Amino acid sequence: MTSATPRLSPPSPASSGLGGESRSGRFGNRLFAAISTGAGVTILIALAAVAAFLLVRAWPAFTASPGEVADATQGAGFWGYVAPLAFGTVLSSAIALVIAVPLSIGIALFISHYAPRRLASGLGYLIDLLAAIPSVVFGLWGMAFLQPLISPVLEWLSSTLGFIPIFAGYQAPARNVLTAGIVLAVMIMPIITATIREVFLQVPRLHEEASLALGATRWEMIRQAVLPFGKSGIISASMLGLGRALGETMAVLMVLSPGFAINFFLLKPGQHSSIAANIAAQFPESSGIAVDVLIATGLILFILTFAVNLLARWIVARRAQFDGAN
Amino acid sequence: MTAPATAAESRASAADAGRTRPDPAGSGRVRRPIPEPTPVPMAHRRRKDRLATIAVCGAFVLALIPLVSLVWIVVSNGISRFGWTFLNTDMVGVYGSMVSGGVYHAIIGTLQVTGIAAVISIPLGIFTAIYLVEYGRGPLKRGITLLVDVMTGIPSIVAGLFAFALFTILFGPAYKAAVIGGVALAVLMTPVVVRSVEEMLRLVPNELREAAYALGVPRWLTIVKVVLRTAIAGITTGIMIAIARVIGETAPLLVTVGLAAGVNWNAFEGRVATLPVYVYRQYAQGGASIDRAWAGALTLIAIVMLLNLLARLVSRYFSPRT
Repeated sequence: MTSATPRLSPPSPASSGLGGESRSGRFGNRLFAAISTGAGVTILIALAAVAAFLLVRAWPAFTASPGEVADATQGAGFWGYVAPLAFGTVLSSAIALVIAVPLSIGIALFISHYAPRRLASGLGYLIDLLAAIPSVVFGLWGMAFLQPLISPVLEWLSSTLGFIPIFAGYQAPARNVLTAGIVLAVMIMPIITATIREVFLQVPRLHEEASLALGATRWEMIRQAVLPFGKSGIISASMLGLGRALGETMAVLMVLSPGFAINFFLLKPGQHSSIAANIAAQFPESSGIAVDVLIATGLILFILTFAVNLLARWIVARRAQFDGAN
Repeated sequence: MTAPATAAESRASAADAGRTRPDPAGSGRVRRPIPEPTPVPMAHRRRKDRLATIAVCGAFVLALIPLVSLVWIVVSNGISRFGWTFLNTDMVGVYGSMVSGGVYHAIIGTLQVTGIAAVISIPLGIFTAIYLVEYGRGPLKRGITLLVDVMTGIPSIVAGLFAFALFTILFGPAYKAAVIGGVALAVLMTPVVVRSVEEMLRLVPNELREAAYALGVPRWLTIVKVVLRTAIAGITTGIMIAIARVIGETAPLLVTVGLAAGVNWNAFEGRVATLPVYVYRQYAQGGASIDRAWAGALTLIAIVMLLNLLARLVSRYFSPRT
C-alpha cells in the first residue's frame, strides 16, 4: 500500500530544444495544471458555499423576534423546536449503530477470515448492493416487510417487560423509533462493513500466523491479532455509519410516526422525529419564516454530520501513519 | 519473509484444527498435531471457537435477509402494474382511486436532473482527481482530500436545502426547476466521482508516465493520452456507480423540484417529476396509488441494478490486462 503521490519531474521544455512544439507544450501544461487546480479549489468553494448559503437563509430564524418564530414552531421557540428533533435524530442513529456495528464486524470477519477466498469477493459485492438500493425503497420495505414481521415480537416484549420504560406502551403498527432504527441499521451496514473489511484485510499476516503458531483457535487468533489491529478502523467505520444515519431522511420519514417528545419510549409511536425527516415532511408546505426555521435545523444537521465525519476521517488519517511500520 | 502459499496453508490447517472432526475435503493436507495437555479447557476453547464461527456466519446470513426480502417484496408487489404501459404513460388526468397512470414523466425528469448533475460533477470530479494525483502537494492537497472525504458524508437533504437556498437567493423565492435538483445531486455526486477516479489514476503505473516523458510528450498530453486512456475503464465504472447512487436520491428532490403530473421538457422552468419522489408521493397518498408506488420502486431498482451490472461488465471487459 503506497499512499505517496508519484513524484515526477516533468520534462523541462526549455532544455529540450524542440522549438515551437515545446512552447505549445508549455502552454498546454500551464493551462491543464490551472484547470485541475481550479477544479480542486472549486470543491473547497462549493463546501464553503453550502455552509454560507444555508447560513444566509437560516439567519432570520436565529434573529427574528420570538413571536414570529413561534408561529412556525407551534409556540416552542427555535431551540425548543430543535431539541426534540435533535434528540430523535441521535436516538434513532444510536439504535441503528448498536444493531449495525456488531453485525458489520461479523460480516467483515466472515468475508475476510471465514468465507472461502473465491466466494469472499462475491459476498462483499452482495453486501455492497444493499448500499445501492435507493432509500425510498427501504422505506417501502420497512412498511411492508419489517413491520408485520417485527410487530408480534415487540408486542410480546411490551407485555412481558413493559415495566421498564423503554419497552412500555407498544401500539399495533410498529411505527416507533426502534423500527426506524432497525431500517437505518440495514442502510448503514454496507458502509460500516466495507470500511471494517478493508482494515481486517490489512492485518499483518505475521501477527495472525504468530497467534496460530502458539496454538490459538481461529476465534482466539481473531481476538488476539485481528480485533486489536482493527480497533481504530472499527471506531471510524462506526462514525462514518453514524454520519450516514444522522442524515438519513426517507426511511425515518416513511417508517416513523412523528412526535416532538424527549423520552426513551422506544416502542411507543408518535414520540420522536428526526431533523432530516421533519424537513422533508414540512418543507413542501412551508412558507415565510417557517422555511427559514427548517433551513436552520438543516444547518444544525450539517454541522453535526460534518463534525462526526471529520472526526472519523481524522481517526483514519491518524491510523494511516502507522501503516508503514508493519 | 513468508511465501503467501505457506501462509494460506497454515491458515487452512489452523481452521481444520479448530474442528473436532477432520474435514474429508482437506484430508490430503498435513495436519498440525495439537497437543492436548488439559482436555477440559481445550474443549472449552473449541466450543468457543465453534460458537464464534456460528455467530459470524449467522451475522452474514442475517444481513442477507433484508437484501433478499427487499428484492422479493419489490418484485412481487410491483410486477402487477409494471409493464410497457406503465413506463409509457404519465399522470395527467389521473385522480382519486383511478388505477391507470404511469411513470413516463418521472423517468424523463429523473434523466434531466441526473443529467444536469452528471454534467456538473463528472468534469469537476475528474479534474479534481487529476489535481490530487498528478499536481497536488502540500496543505492544499491535504485539505482537498480531507474535505472530499467529509463531503461524501453530507446528508442528502442538506444538499437539497443548499440548492434551494442558492436558487431562491439568486432567482427569487418562487423559482422551481429541474436544474435546482441537478445542483443538489451534483453536490452529492462530485465527491464519489473524485474518490473513484483518484483511485483509478493511482493504479496507472509510473513507468507509463516516465516512458511518455522520455519521448518528449508534454505533461498534460501524457495525462490525457496515457494516464486517462489507461484508466478509462475504471473511470467509467466509477462514474456509473456514482450515477446509480444519486439516481435514487429522494430527499433533496423532494425539497427542491417537487412533483408534476406531466412531462416538463424545460429543465430551467417549472416543477418536474422524478422517480424517487414519485414513489414516495404515491406511497403517501395510499389507496390505489400504493400499487403505482411499488411498480415505480421496481422501475427504480431495475435502473440502479442495471447501472451497477453495466459498471461491473465495463470494468471486467475493458480494464487493461497486465
